[in-house]
Amino acid sequence: MSVLVFVETHEGKIAKAAYEAVYYGKLIAEKTSGTVTAVTYGDASEGDLEKLGNYGAKKVLVNKNIKVANDQSLTDLAQQAVEAEGAKIVVFAFDVVGKSVAPRLSARLKAGLVPGAIDVPEIDGDNFVVTKNVFSGKAFAKYSIKTEIKIIALLPNSFKAETSDETASVETFENGVAESKITLKDKIVEGGEGIPLPEAELVVSAGRGLKGPDNWGIVEELAGALGAATACSRPVADIGWRPHHEHVGQTGIAIRPNLYIAAGISGAIQHLAGVNGSKVIVVINTDPEAPFFKAADYGVVGDAFEVLPRLTDAVKKFKTAD
Amino acid sequence: MNILVCISKAPDTTTKISFTENNTKFDEDKVQFIVNPYDEWYALVRALEIKEKDGGEVTTITVGEADHDPIIRKALAIGADKAVRVNAHAGDAFFTAQQIANFAKDKGFELIMLGKETINYNGSQVGSMVAELLDMPFVSVASKLELNGSTATLNRDAAGGEEVVEGELPMVISCAKGMAEQRIPNMRGIMAARSKPLEVVEPAEAEMLTEVVSYSLPPEKGDVKLIDPENMDELVELLHNEAKVI
Ligand SMILES: Cc1cc2nc3c(=O)[nH]c(=O)nc-3n(C[C@H](O)[C@H](O)[C@H](O)COP(=O)(O)OP(=O)(O)OC[C@H]3O[C@@H](n4cnc5c(N)ncnc54)[C@H](O)[C@@H]3O)c2cc1C
Ligand SMILES: Nc1ncnc2c1ncn2[C@@H]1O[C@H](COP(=O)(O)O)[C@@H](O)[C@H]1O
Repeated sequence: MSVLVFVETHEGKIAKAAYEAVYYGKLIAEKTSGTVTAVTYGDASEGDLEKLGNYGAKKVLVNKNIKVANDQSLTDLAQQAVEAEGAKIVVFAFDVVGKSVAPRLSARLKAGLVPGAIDVPEIDGDNFVVTKNVFSGKAFAKYSIKTEIKIIALLPNSFKAETSDETASVETFENGVAESKITLKDKIVEGGEGIPLPEAELVVSAGRGLKGPDNWGIVEELAGALGAATACSRPVADIGWRPHHEHVGQTGIAIRPNLYIAAGISGAIQHLAGVNGSKVIVVINTDPEAPFFKAADYGVVGDAFEVLPRLTDAVKKFKTAD
Repeated sequence: MNILVCISKAPDTTTKISFTENNTKFDEDKVQFIVNPYDEWYALVRALEIKEKDGGEVTTITVGEADHDPIIRKALAIGADKAVRVNAHAGDAFFTAQQIANFAKDKGFELIMLGKETINYNGSQVGSMVAELLDMPFVSVASKLELNGSTATLNRDAAGGEEVVEGELPMVISCAKGMAEQRIPNMRGIMAARSKPLEVVEPAEAEMLTEVVSYSLPPEKGDVKLIDPENMDELVELLHNEAKVI
């Protein structure tokens, strides 16, 4: 039985979340004595597609005629692959494309979907149970999928993908798909060269305690020294001190890096909702009563204007000694 | 413009989450419910702005039992013209989407607007399912919507930034920050909401594909380890050797 993994490409590149999804598919295939087939589209190179084998795919089906990610055409592609492979389990990454294509496929095939899964399914006879975050990360729920075909969209950064030397065989899979009714007019690239926040394993974030947009140099320097992405609290994005795509929390984006360093952020519950999936949290705040300390692993009661540069120096020292 | 806005109910964002009945049910005791922020601040308000400019009508739809009426009245107070409630427990996303699609299918809505996700189940799936059931295009996580006749231009989330896309109505749109600014209902709105129509319809036959079997809370964090602000070498050392994240 094959586990089908839908692999998103973007301008010829395969996103980190898609590699994680393939690896996750492999973990499921090991449990169900199946093999992993990936289905993808666009302009990724032959070499990159073969390399999906490193993460666990045996076979890659590719439709190079689909250039623009459109949910109706991609749902057709996913459906064709489910049928061709007789797949009973379909995996997506729970990112931009996964969020629009997986539910569409779910409704089309009447196949139950768990969006934002964080764990490998528990499979016991006919019971198929997947855990996901609910209440914006404040709790977990176990969902049972009751249909024959099961769809799981994996929350990015839930698994660290392990690799092997295996490569995948690549097959052209070009059936007709619905024409896009939505046309792309323009792209706005954010964050320039930096690490995209949702993919970042290390994040340095700051809030209103930094007092003004001109003070962000010390935040960026620490991020630079660590190789981290930068983030911010909502008021800081709302007043325009930082770009909107850096806003994390309930109404911003939810991230789950390995390390989240928060300076001058009080730790309001709506902020925590976006970061409480982080593995390790460091809080830097002048106020020892700041609620964020309750959610932190390491705390520094001190002035961010002194502590951040000191931490940057310590990181640099550590890196050069390494 | 004839617009349908999907409104769901969510616990206030400061709610302390707990469960009852052997961790199979969300404990609603003392919970303050609000309109799901994405539905209210972004989908509903943008729909009202479009109506105020171009005319037309804004209808809200909610799949839920009678305990949803207060949040539906809030949506009416903010300015929706009329509301429909499908009288059923919203069992899962597919059940909900089928009810919305069933209501909308012969009403000629040019736009169906939803929030990007509910803050309780964080599914981000109802909109895409409604679009599939109605065979309409779907633009997800849109932060801007401009209309020019029947052509919609939108900014939507994309890998590494945003895309500007264009399409012909009808379409389904899920809305996020940037779409509009929150509106606080005024006294006149609240009074007017009392006499606006809130139609209750019975659910269509529909199935559920998934079911929650149990809930749990994350393990309590241990006590925070405090580090001397003068000694950042120690923090780096702990992050490397103890936490193993750098
Ligand atoms: C429905 C709703 C949704 C929301 N969604 C979000 C969301 O998605 N994300 C989000 O972040 N917020 C969100 N909020 C807002 C949230 O409630 C808080 O208001 C916000 O997170 C506070 O931001 P802050 O911590 O930067 O600022 P403040 O609360 O003002 O905290 C500043 C902190 O900096 C500390 N400080 C001051 N000077 C220094 C210094 N020199 N060095 C170190 N520390 C210093 C202070 O002690 C304080 O703790 C939401 C609110 C609502 C009602
Ligand atoms: N019970 C419901 N009734 C009406 N609309 C809903 C309901 N549940 C979800 N929605 C809409 O669908 C959006 C996405 O929800 P979800 O897929 O559950 O994250 C929400 O922001 C609402 O606009």
